[in-house]
Order: sequence, then structure tokens, then C-alpha cells
Amino acid sequence: MIEFKLPSLGADMDEGKLLEWKVKPGDKVKRGDVVAVVETPKAAVDVEIWQDGVMHELVTQPGETVPVGTVMARLAGAGEAAPAAAPPAAAAPAPVAAPAAAPAAALSRHPVSPAARKHARELGVDVDKLPGSGPHGAVTVQDVEQAAKGAAQPAPAPVPAPAAARAPAAAPAVAPPSDKALAMRKAIATAMSRSKREIPHYYLSQTVPMQRAVDWLTAYNEKRPVTERLLMGALQLKAVALALKDFPDLNGFWKDNAFQPAQGIHVGVAISLRQGGLIAPAIHDVAERSLDELMKSLADLVRRARAGSLRSSEMSDPTITVTNLGDQGVDEVFAIIFPPQVAIVGFGRVAPRPWAEDGMIGAVPTVVASLAADHRASDGHRGARFLAALAALLQEPEKL
Amino acid sequence: MDAQEIRKIVLVELKRIAPELEDVAPAKPLRDQVDLDSMDWLNFLVALNERLRIEIPEADYRKLGTLEQIVDYLAKKSA
Repeated sequence: MIEFKLPSLGADMDEGKLLEWKVKPGDKVKRGDVVAVVETPKAAVDVEIWQDGVMHELVTQPGETVPVGTVMARLAGAGEAAPAAAPPAAAAPAPVAAPAAAPAAALSRHPVSPAARKHARELGVDVDKLPGSGPHGAVTVQDVEQAAKGAAQPAPAPVPAPAAARAPAAAPAVAPPSDKALAMRKAIATAMSRSKREIPHYYLSQTVPMQRAVDWLTAYNEKRPVTERLLMGALQLKAVALALKDFPDLNGFWKDNAFQPAQGIHVGVAISLRQGGLIAPAIHDVAERSLDELMKSLADLVRRARAGSLRSSEMSDPTITVTNLGDQGVDEVFAIIFPPQVAIVGFGRVAPRPWAEDGMIGAVPTVVASLAADHRASDGHRGARFLAALAALLQEPEKL
Repeated sequence: MDAQEIRKIVLVELKRIAPELEDVAPAKPLRDQVDLDSMDWLNFLVALNERLRIEIPEADYRKLGTLEQIVDYLAKKSA
């Protein structure tokens, strides 16, 4: 029997609240399937399973908060016969008052805009059970208002709905937004305090001429409709990933008092959330993606991060993080490493600055690329060479 | 489509990106009033493209600094 445990979805997560099972006992699952939705201090995350098999027992019940590592379910592996009866309750860590019957299958979850989520809390509407009319099926403020009206009046359509789908307006079922914001702040505080306490950061920066990249991007976008255009951020992500191929000591984790290089280059992208706070989920295998694929992945990741619809592998897999604050007008970023990662790359704004080349001074677009790295895992010499490699890659955008 | 209708669509799409937005001063730079990063801006233009079927070349971005300018630009393009 295989145990499905609550994974750690980042250094700032000690526990998670199971919101919903996406499977029931008897369902076949395969590697990569989303089996549960778990609320963390930062987001509701679609949790994937990493073994093939048949779900046997759901140990944790929706609504329960359990520590990372808790066995949430058991499944029979491929070729393994499922036992007729569930194992004794004593084997299961801390299931509290588990209901005898399996929970009613929940409706599929859509992206929800932060405003709609906030409004839903105020009106006592369960957004996760609403059909969305926004882009990509997102639940909008209007959908929430519609649902609130529907809850107050008899539903026109004679479709039986589970009682939970129509929460009474007077008793909101979820925490008020201030609690959510506090949880997010606390999660960031925990991770960043740990980082500053444990990681001896060193900081380097390099001003990178961007004329070639800007010209290439302008020409590239000129021929394309708005739906197919690239942002400079996509070029920067690709350049970071390609540069990392020669600097594995910046791509990995500091764990158990030793550096553990990562297998792939999965770049965490720092994404600010409109309601405050930030999240840094990964784009997988960035070095292997074309710029067009990368741009699509980036747009999709930002949209889902802001709508609160991320997958567990995106939360747990970043091997390095990139943060870009150029849109906010800063020249340079002095970033804090997200543990257990060992490096973070920052970009400021691309803007015309005085630049000397071939004995001439001119105004050319430049960007300051910065690196904060863990001195336990690498030295400044390596970090400096990494930044030089990154700068060189950005001089040949057509090769990215 | 007249300017009034375009303005309505622009505001709806802007609020989809920035739900916290309340009022927009039409002649003030949009980016001073709304926290829009490059991805938000691109998504905003994609949404306008889908709603109005108007292609906005990147070279024209600098003409779209304020709500007023955006509405004028789109009204001219749709005429």
C-alpha cells in the first residue's frame, strides 16, 4: 500500500488544510494527476500524486488541517491488490472525527479573481462551487453577486444542489480577508526570517547593455499579433536558465548541511498578488523551452497565481528564483533567497542609461542584473562568472 | 461602435485586471492610477483585441498613456 502524504509546498508551509478531494476510493490515478486541493497560507493548491495506482482510503477529511508529512490517503500500487478493509484507525495519524460517508463530490474549481473571492467572503458565497463566466472560466464579482442573489431567493432552475453550495449570507464559512492577509504575511515572514538567519548571502550585480535584446524583441513583436508577443521577462528567464547550465552550484538546495544540486532547472517566478503578498511558483525545465512556450507558460502561471489556482509541483519544485521589479521602476534588486534554494536573480528596469563602448559614450538601454547567493554553496567568483554568462547570453537574443 | 461603448469595454477589461480599481481620471496617466505590470498591460491589450477585434501594434503603446487616449485610439481604429 502506498501512502500519499501532504507534501511541503515551500519553506513557509508547516501544515495545510484539505479543502477537497478530487478522487474517491476505487479511482485509478496516475503520476501527475491532481488528487486534492489543499489550502496553504499563500494559496489553494492543486496537489498532484507521484505514483500510479488505485485510491484505497482517504484518511484526511475535507476541512481538516494536518501537518506536512501526514498520511492523507492510501493507494494500491500498480499490480497490487487493494485490501478488502481499510487498515485500523490507529495506523492513521490524527484523523479527527472522520465522517463515515465519503464527502459529496465537489464541483470542479475554477480560477477566482481576488476581488471575487473577497466579495464572496463578504456575502458568504462558496466561490469554489460557482461556475465562472470570466476568462478561462474564472469566477467574477458578477458571478458572486448572482450567486448571492440566488441564495437569497429560490433557484430558478430545478437542479438539486448540495446544501454547502448555498451558504447562508449571515454566516460566512471562511475566514475574513484580514486573516488571509495575515497568514500570507506570516508565511513570508517565516521564510524570509529563516533565510536571513541561516543563509550567509553574498550580493553581486552587473549592468547589462540591452540594445540588442530590445531591438530583437521589437522586431520580433512587430510581426506578431498582441496574443503572440513576448515580454522582456521571458528572455531574461531563458537567459538565466541557460546560464545556470554551467553553474549547477547556484541551482539546487542547501539541505542537511550540504549542497544538493537540482536535477532540472525549474525557475521560480516571483509574482506579486494584487491583494498583497507574493508567491514564487516554478516554470519547469525553462532551458528546454522555446521563448514562445516560455511566454505562454509565464502568462499562464501569472494568471493562475493571481486567481489562486496553482499545482503542488509548481510550489515545491523551484530550484532558483527570479524576481523582476523593473516595472515598478527600480534600478536594482537586492533579493532574499527563498530557502532551501541557494540563489535568486533580480532584474531592475530596462532603461536608457549612459554607456561607454568602443571609446564612445551614448545613451543605451541597460538593465542591472543582480545575484544573491548562498555563500555556503558557492563563492563570489562563481557568482560573478554566472552574471557575466547571463550578460553574454542577453547579447545574443536570437539564440535564446 | 461609438466612443462611449468603447470606453465602457475598456473600463470593464481594466477592472478585470485590476479589480480594486474604482475611478479612473481620464486624462491622468493610467499607470499612475493603476498598478499595472508588463504582464497586466499585455493581458489588457489582449482582452481589448478579443473584445473589439482591433490590433494594437507595439509601436503604438506610447500613444496609450491615459484612458482618454486609449478610447480615442480605439475609436479611430474602429471607425
